[in-house]
Amino acid sequence: MTIATIDAVSGGLARGRGGGGPAPTRTVVAYGFWIFILSDIVMFSGLFAAYAVLSGNTAGGPTGSELFNLRNVFIETMCLLFSSYTCGLGALSAERRQRGRFLVFALFTFVLGAAFLFIEISEFADMVSKGAGPSRSGFLSGFFTLVGMHGAHVTSGLVWLIYMVAQVIAKGLRPHVLRRLLCWSLFWHALDIIWVGVLTLVYLMGVG
Amino acid sequence: MYGTDRLLDDRTPGVEHEESTANFLSYTAGLGLAILLTIASFVVSQTNLLWAPGIPVGLVVLAFAQIGVHLVFFLHLGSGPDNTNNILALAFGLLIVFLVIAGSIWIIDNLYANMMPMSVNMPR
Repeated sequence: MTIATIDAVSGGLARGRGGGGPAPTRTVVAYGFWIFILSDIVMFSGLFAAYAVLSGNTAGGPTGSELFNLRNVFIETMCLLFSSYTCGLGALSAERRQRGRFLVFALFTFVLGAAFLFIEISEFADMVSKGAGPSRSGFLSGFFTLVGMHGAHVTSGLVWLIYMVAQVIAKGLRPHVLRRLLCWSLFWHALDIIWVGVLTLVYLMGVG
Repeated sequence: MYGTDRLLDDRTPGVEHEESTANFLSYTAGLGLAILLTIASFVVSQTNLLWAPGIPVGLVVLAFAQIGVHLVFFLHLGSGPDNTNNILALAFGLLIVFLVIAGSIWIIDNLYANMMPMSVNMPR
């Protein structure tokens, strides 16, 4: 008897309180990955705290309002937001076993994520060329660590997306591929949530 | 075979639950709200709409609102009984995040306030 039928017998009462038998694999996998995402957010909280306490220590070097270009930051934010949206629509298409639509949405998500990363890297390169690299001041060390860590996460999300597309093409939208896809979309949405914190604390408060 | 893996009851963060249009609408509504809140954040930080000392508070409020929008519309965290475990984990995570950030700022600000100035060009 599969888990699904046990659950059907209990009248669909399995609601995470131990009643109605074991939870479906999908629920367990998503819950486990949710715990990972929360631990990742806790790690980011350390970097946020470091940035918050170091942001005033410019050591006579450039400050945030001299370095940040809010127009670029707005474009970055929109890229990430729309990629989160297309990621959600892609997950929806995958749920409905629409492979072609999933691949189109995955492409949009990848392009938007890559655009975000391109803007961020060119911004970093510009700052370093102006002598405002991570070794210039405590403020800049904190900035590059926090924003760079977010960028590293976006990079690994893009690599993971390529891997997921390859799996969908090679194996099709089978249940275990769908579960991996679910984990990937959770990861991608979580990156957008962390970006909201970066945008507010680093850029908007740094310029204002 | 594929159908058995999908139950109406297994709702976790990110899992699609109901019929197609509702979900498409929820993503689109989430996108619209998130764009509005982002633009509001930029406007608040760049104009004198808010009383100047209140701007950081306004920005934090807008950020929390946007994080809430993301959690509800993109990650599908609801208040239903099937979401209890996810919400509890989230609450614990937020507690740790709050302790780390608020604790660091509190302690280090005290340290800065009590430290002797090290040199002229390194104030605080």
